[in-house]
Amino acid sequence: MKPTRDILVIDDEPVITRAVERVCRAEGLSVAIADSAAAAAIELGQCGYRLIICDIMMADVDGFGFLETLGRKGIRTPVIMSTGMSTTENAVRALSSGAIDFIAKPFSADELLTAVHRGLNYGKIQDASQGVTPLAPRLSLAYVPCPPKYYRLGYASWVSVEGSGTVLVGVSDLFLKTIDGVQSVSLASADEEIVQGSPCATITSPDGVEHGVLSPVSGRIVATNPVLAATPTVVERDPYFQGWLYRVLPADLEYALHYLTSCSSDRL
Amino acid sequence: MFQKLGSKLTLAVGLIVLVTISIFAYFNTRADNRSLLAEVERHANQLSEAVKSGTEYDMLLNQRERIHETIKRMGTQSSIQRIRIMNKAGAVIYSSDPGEIGTMVDKNAESCYRCHSADRPLERLAMRDRTRVFRVHPDSGRTLGIINPIYNTPSCSQAACHAHPASQVVLGVLDVTLPLAAVDKDIRSSQVDVVLLAVGAILALSFIIGLLVTRWVTRPVRELVAATRHVAGGDLSYVIPETRDDELGMLARSFNNMTRKLSEARLQLFQSDKLASLGRLAAGVAHEINNPLTGVLTYSSFLLKRTKDQPEVQEDLKVIVRETIRSREIVKSLLDFARQSVPRKSSADLHEIIARAATVVDNQLSLNHVTLVKALGSDVPHVTVDGNQLQQVFINLFVNAVDAIGPGGGTITVTTSRLRLSPVGITQIKKAQCPKRHSLINADVRIDGKPSIRIKVRSDGSEGFVYLDPMYGKTRHQFGLPPDVTKAIQVTCPDCSASLLVDGAICPDCGSAIFAFEVPTKGMVEGCTNRACTWQSWSALDESGDREFVEMRVADTGGGIAKEDIPRLFEPFYSTKGQKGTGLGLAVIWGIIDNHNGTITVESAPGAGTTFAIRLPVEP
Repeated sequence: MKPTRDILVIDDEPVITRAVERVCRAEGLSVAIADSAAAAAIELGQCGYRLIICDIMMADVDGFGFLETLGRKGIRTPVIMSTGMSTTENAVRALSSGAIDFIAKPFSADELLTAVHRGLNYGKIQDASQGVTPLAPRLSLAYVPCPPKYYRLGYASWVSVEGSGTVLVGVSDLFLKTIDGVQSVSLASADEEIVQGSPCATITSPDGVEHGVLSPVSGRIVATNPVLAATPTVVERDPYFQGWLYRVLPADLEYALHYLTSCSSDRL
Repeated sequence: MFQKLGSKLTLAVGLIVLVTISIFAYFNTRADNRSLLAEVERHANQLSEAVKSGTEYDMLLNQRERIHETIKRMGTQSSIQRIRIMNKAGAVIYSSDPGEIGTMVDKNAESCYRCHSADRPLERLAMRDRTRVFRVHPDSGRTLGIINPIYNTPSCSQAACHAHPASQVVLGVLDVTLPLAAVDKDIRSSQVDVVLLAVGAILALSFIIGLLVTRWVTRPVRELVAATRHVAGGDLSYVIPETRDDELGMLARSFNNMTRKLSEARLQLFQSDKLASLGRLAAGVAHEINNPLTGVLTYSSFLLKRTKDQPEVQEDLKVIVRETIRSREIVKSLLDFARQSVPRKSSADLHEIIARAATVVDNQLSLNHVTLVKALGSDVPHVTVDGNQLQQVFINLFVNAVDAIGPGGGTITVTTSRLRLSPVGITQIKKAQCPKRHSLINADVRIDGKPSIRIKVRSDGSEGFVYLDPMYGKTRHQFGLPPDVTKAIQVTCPDCSASLLVDGAICPDCGSAIFAFEVPTKGMVEGCTNRACTWQSWSALDESGDREFVEMRVADTGGGIAKEDIPRLFEPFYSTKGQKGTGLGLAVIWGIIDNHNGTITVESAPGAGTTFAIRLPVEP
């Protein structure tokens, strides 16, 4: 059995890896550093990790290449992608390539820690779901997966296409589980534009930490869920139906869907 | 030399003329020749008949001496070569050449052959057959001879002198030969005339054709070739004078049209290339700056967390964290500008934004002895804007103003006011779609820097695109159709060919058919199919009345901007500051204001300072 550490940080900038190491150590997390995808592969061979934080723009193999390598090797460690090229395209691409989260550089200690916290929780929940058997699939599932015909960006936010050309946008149960519940929801107002891969809402967890929700589509908000202002916990109780966040007129749904994962395919 | 079109044409025309005139000359000369010969023949026959009848009486009387004399005398005429009379046996009895008398003529000789070739001699012959053209010597001139048979008449056979038996039909022949020298001379001279005419005609025609080809073909083609060289050399502003109405004139016009289109395309390419470089630069800058910024932000925010018990350190750390986060937003806005993304807007107090921007440049202002005067309107409403982006706008404008003022010091005046304006002429149509919801917005053809609205127009066989001015109320449309097409018969969506014509509706100004497209959520925009008509209607806008704007003016007392620099001021990488500037500041400002549906204009003159005026709609 390999020894297990908490976090592997991959970045070719020492100032970043040191800063991440410093912040995470202070939280009592064990951190290892790799300055390239190759070094990370060696590190992963020697030691098990609960979470990987990986830069996209690296000299030899970039972050996307590293994600692919992980997939090929069957390593299921959750990966948070990070880059100084903090464009929404990179965020969307990272999430659609299998990363669980995206943090734009430069990030503050709190932003980093909330992402790390969510990532570690995500790993725990996934591990708990490992024991799912065909006989008792639902009972042992630690979260409610997103319904069929929905589409998701990463694991956090979902889109459901409505008949009238609009879409509903919401957050997934798994995301809510990783943040340990909902205290309040802060939404953008109707008629504002939201951009795929950019934060569109903030959910505050019971410990007072704010978590940004990356929008799964680009478009104009037609309406916000009126129920949420009074009872934000609806999101937690029924995240896929009653607890929707926005009704959005998508700018280019076809383009947006290109980067989304069909929830129907999750169930196969 | 014969590679040239002009020479080829001249040569071809010359050859055709040569062949035509040669054929004509050949037949003409032959006909001339014939008629002249016929004339001479007739003359010879008359002469021969005259000799015959002149000597007939003497013959009857058998006055041989007289006959000799008559023939001799007649033979002396220069137009007569020889006159002789032969008897049936072929002996020459009388002749103008006395030495010949008594000699025998070979019946097979050329002059006798006609009648004596058959076994029994012929007795009568047509005049044509009795004449012959021959040469006495191969090198002498042509001669015409005519044989005139002397027939036996009752008076002859009954004459007392010497009896010709009545059974004899032909008693002898009269042979008259005439020289053809004069005729030949005439023929030759007429041949020379024809050749001279042919040569003259060919030369004259070739000259005229050459002249016309030079004038109509060579010269315009040379102009076109020169123009293509200019264009190939990169001079797209070269224009061929469009003075002709023929095919080459059309070519010249379409050439000019092509270079115009090319230069527009090049300009756009240039612009988009610059924007692409800006994007690459922004990407590079973002990556390079964001890494060190991450160090600053992570450590400072980490310190902020760990020093909660040290209030005096906390204050300083908060400033570091806040300003680092602002730097992050600036870098992000640079990336966003390069990607033309939508700003993050919220209702904001412009005066607060201006104050924040002023605080940032405070040091720079005082160092350069610049006073910032604020003349802020009291009734300026909150506006829905991206506060960070707008702060960036003011910081950039202030820094520009400080640079323009220079070390001598001066004043920057910021004025804000509320104003109401008619939306016509200042509202940009940013979305347009056909009935089947295809977007008509075309970013490739820009009018005044804004993506145009592309529609497909057909009229009398010509088909093309028309790029409509996206500023409602302005009609700086670009027509991809020949200028003579004034009325569109069909107006369709370029993607799906769905008709945009409005059934049964006519333009209230000129009575032509009208077309319409939809601006999503803002109703239909209608326009006239008549090119000369500027009628437009957008009921949502026309009926909405005046719109509210906030105008912000930043005026400096600096050196001002040269007139020729003003049109390019907002282009990326265009800088009047030389090494000092990147040329990005105003381009970024323009991008931000445009993203807010606002306008930015500049008024400046050298020595009179510069004023930037920004107008933002209160309702987004």
